[in-house]
Amino acid sequence: MPDTPERHEMPTIPGFVETATLIQPRPEETGKDRTMVLNMGPQHPSTHGVLRVVLEIDGETVVKCVPDIGYLHTGIEKTCEAKFYQQVVPLTDRIDYLSPMTNNLCYCLAIEKLLQLEIPPRAQWMRVLLNELTRLNSHLVWLGTHAMDIGALTVFLYTFREREEILRIFEHVSGQRMMTSYFRIGGLALEPPLDFFDSVQSLIRILPEKIDEYENLLTGNPIFINRLKGVGYLSAADAIALGVTGPPLRASGVDWDLRRDMPYSSYEKFQFQVPISHDGDVWARYLVRLKEMRESVRICQQALDGMPEGPIKADAPHVVLPDREKMKTQMEALIYHFKIVTEGFQVPAGEVYQAVESPRGEMGYYAVSDGTAKPYRVHMRNPSFATLQALETMCVGRLIADVVAVIGSIDIVLGEIDR
Amino acid sequence: MAEALLTKDAVFEGLAQNVAIQALRAAHPEAIENAKYDRGELTLVIAAASIRAACRTLQQAGYNFLEDVTCVDWLPAEPRFQVTYHILSHQLKERVRLHAMVASIDPSLDSITSVWPSANYYEREVWDLFGVRFNGHPGLRRIMLPEEWEGHPLRKDYPVEGYR
Repeated sequence: MPDTPERHEMPTIPGFVETATLIQPRPEETGKDRTMVLNMGPQHPSTHGVLRVVLEIDGETVVKCVPDIGYLHTGIEKTCEAKFYQQVVPLTDRIDYLSPMTNNLCYCLAIEKLLQLEIPPRAQWMRVLLNELTRLNSHLVWLGTHAMDIGALTVFLYTFREREEILRIFEHVSGQRMMTSYFRIGGLALEPPLDFFDSVQSLIRILPEKIDEYENLLTGNPIFINRLKGVGYLSAADAIALGVTGPPLRASGVDWDLRRDMPYSSYEKFQFQVPISHDGDVWARYLVRLKEMRESVRICQQALDGMPEGPIKADAPHVVLPDREKMKTQMEALIYHFKIVTEGFQVPAGEVYQAVESPRGEMGYYAVSDGTAKPYRVHMRNPSFATLQALETMCVGRLIADVVAVIGSIDIVLGEIDR
Repeated sequence: MAEALLTKDAVFEGLAQNVAIQALRAAHPEAIENAKYDRGELTLVIAAASIRAACRTLQQAGYNFLEDVTCVDWLPAEPRFQVTYHILSHQLKERVRLHAMVASIDPSLDSITSVWPSANYYEREVWDLFGVRFNGHPGLRRIMLPEEWEGHPLRKDYPVEGYR
């Protein structure tokens, strides 16, 4: 095209931060631009959702890396303030859509702490069992997509085969594959179906073998090792300073797991190892997560073996919905049901912070009550949100292709980053 | 669960061995404005002006991990904004919550990014959703919402359905 003096003005897209405001390209001494700015995402397949990373690159080397988030912001924290306490549970599923049960658990534990409710053992153990299945589910998705980002497409098909089995169990127990909303403030929604434990047992019997199968495909694979080893190093001090939690923190050598160190929901009754590594690279995170999957299988087995009998809901009629059967025969049950559904239940004023170990790290719910039936404030502390801050530390000085590996290794879910 | 201690003096007496309280009282005796121990969780209300120094002291006392920074809007009370910090000690396996109360007119507070770099995103989120400024923050701009968004949605005077 010949040079023309007029140029088309680029229309400004609302809500789109000008790339130039995030990074200014640096001209070299000779005056010729040496670095360039590259937009990765928001629709890049390796960003696991809608993460936009603005990269300043010198050739193929990353000089600067600025994540730009917010594309999935739906204002869940604001919505919570307009709902009754029990109506918030389905919202929590949608924050981290790969680990709905962990979100349900964390929210329910926080509100139960506010109410100072005692949860029956069977409900606690069921929660542990389902949380470990959630961890397996989430790690399977991570493994499949992480390997796919690196170029090992086959593993995805294998891991999603087992994940489908877990989702089938979730559907069996809660009626939903992904947005389970199975936990309630005060216990569980329903008694698990009759053959539930058998189906979990048959799943976790085959899982160790399946994990061996993934390891056969990846752990000895020289291409995979070369892409992962020594990439995205994060020291323990940096990890703590940048708020990193979960498997990336343990892969940097910090021995910290909330399930063991600040136990909740009967985790203190289970025996399991917390795998750690001191290498701090993408490879270490891969190994730590794989070991975690094996430990999760162990916890599931213990939960199945020792599952206590008894009620699945706390004895708190003003909070917990009564059984259907009781509603047909007892007047009080009917009244309580009507009151809870129409006007919620009041929670004593106060504030609590409850943290659980989600598949991605420390998930915390900060709930403030002003004594009414709606939460005054619910804030979620999400592991991915904090971990994303470490992306720049891990990527600077590496190649663009390593950014893909690093994003895969921190296992972010954009739903919980943006909320 | 331990008995709730709802006044500053009761907390100082009942939790005299607590590392966070000891360190803060030794370094900044006037910084703790109030204290509460409720549902097994310790809350210290810190004077807004000394929040950065208090965080530094806690970090040196072994509270090595900043978990979260968020805010609560207590409209129409004054001071209106309660900026909340959750700080964890890996070694002590203990958590402490700090409150810093910020007035409603031109709300601002010292940033603690120099103590914990992880505060960067949290403080940007509080600025974005509550409009509380953090002095000394390396790049305080909106994080969830577009740059040209008007208002701060998590404030209580911002209706859930949007302005009418």
